[in-house]
Amino acid sequence: MLKHRVIPALLLRNNGLVKTLKFKDPKYVGDPINAIRIFNEKEVDELMVLDITASRERREPNYSLIEEFAGECFMPLAYGGGVTHVEQAGRLFGLGVEKICLQTAALEDLSLVNRLVERFGSQSVMVSVDVKRNWLGKIQLYGAAEGKARSEPWLEYTQRLVNAGAGEVLLNAVDRDGTLAGPDLELIRLASSSISVPLIAVGGVSSFVDIKAVVEAGASAVAAGAFFVFHGPHRAVLITYPKYQELENLLKATE
Amino acid sequence: MTSAEVHILDYGLGNFGSVIRMIEKVGGSAKRISTPEEILLAEKLILPGVGHFDRGMSQIVERGLLEPLRERVIEQRIPLMGICLGMQLLCFGSEEGILPGLGFVDADVRKFQTLPGQNLKIPHMGWNSIRVSRSNPLINVTNEEQRFYFVHSYHVVPNAPDMVIATSTHGVAFCAAFQNKNIFGVQFHPEKSHRFGMALLKSFVNL
Repeated sequence: MLKHRVIPALLLRNNGLVKTLKFKDPKYVGDPINAIRIFNEKEVDELMVLDITASRERREPNYSLIEEFAGECFMPLAYGGGVTHVEQAGRLFGLGVEKICLQTAALEDLSLVNRLVERFGSQSVMVSVDVKRNWLGKIQLYGAAEGKARSEPWLEYTQRLVNAGAGEVLLNAVDRDGTLAGPDLELIRLASSSISVPLIAVGGVSSFVDIKAVVEAGASAVAAGAFFVFHGPHRAVLITYPKYQELENLLKATE
Repeated sequence: MTSAEVHILDYGLGNFGSVIRMIEKVGGSAKRISTPEEILLAEKLILPGVGHFDRGMSQIVERGLLEPLRERVIEQRIPLMGICLGMQLLCFGSEEGILPGLGFVDADVRKFQTLPGQNLKIPHMGWNSIRVSRSNPLINVTNEEQRFYFVHSYHVVPNAPDMVIATSTHGVAFCAAFQNKNIFGVQFHPEKSHRFGMALLKSFVNL
């Protein structure tokens, strides 16, 4: 039986690893290579590295650093940040990245999803749908590069990405990011019941109970940042990942 | 124990970098090759691959790799392992495309079917456990659960059931690995499957 994946999501800024709070206030949490080595030893299901300033600075991915990451990953690696062309994606796949995660570039030009899928297949193209609730609780699509809400209806936009061939959707709840306040389960249910491809939910996870709840809400995979890099009420940096057997016991009954 | 260099065939599709790195990690040596001449000199081959069946076959044919592969693998019987699409290309053909496959093993490739009432996500993407169905030189029969990383929408259906060395389940049980004499195929990605993949690639290196 296919297992639900539990994926550390690491954020990269100026070649250092950071953790944000609601997509703001990046706090330095350490050296990325060191962190990736630890996650590799802990046999994580998959790893996601997102360069959070590449698109904002209109910069290319840092290929040499990503190659180093891939060299430490004996599990699937997804990379996002600054990818705007098919050729860049090809170069990243050549370095040992399995999946490219698009956000800003897909918002600017949906046809990039089509072109990547045509060349590399759906399984290698993940799209990040970043959403934020406004003060009325209404879910709005969020453009991370410009830092504000967008007018496109988020669910329709997500379906358009899937129709364009995206193989996976990373659903990012901006107002839960880094908060350890628990996932937005209603959001996850809405998305997972409307799309046919695997859904990875990220944002707010703070416990095993949360991981289980996200899976029960219909996600194929659970990603988390703060939960795997912070420890205790003072957010001390400590890299952790549950043991395989713990995850098995937790998620077994939800199949 | 012989330990020949493993040659990874780069025919334009696939992530050979990860395969090379893991073989080196388990103490073997691996080299990317891409020409007919290099195939004829290879002692042990891996056919990786991610992508569309017809694109894979047309690349192999256009690059003139079909005949040297046949000579080396079918006539001279060097060990060959296909990974993911590489495994599927070893079969007669696939529902994904219209081109004939390499036809090195008696098998076809079919698409996963979603039965009514099943909430089966396709592609089959993620970690799944396998069941080893017979002793073989590639995958140990152990009591410990062995899990591997899969990404595929099509799966191999062998016509000779004794070819199957391991199965996995996604809606239905399917062939996760096969062996026909010197020819091996694995549907999952050993190069992305931690120590389980390392053990498998180590076995292949030491064949």
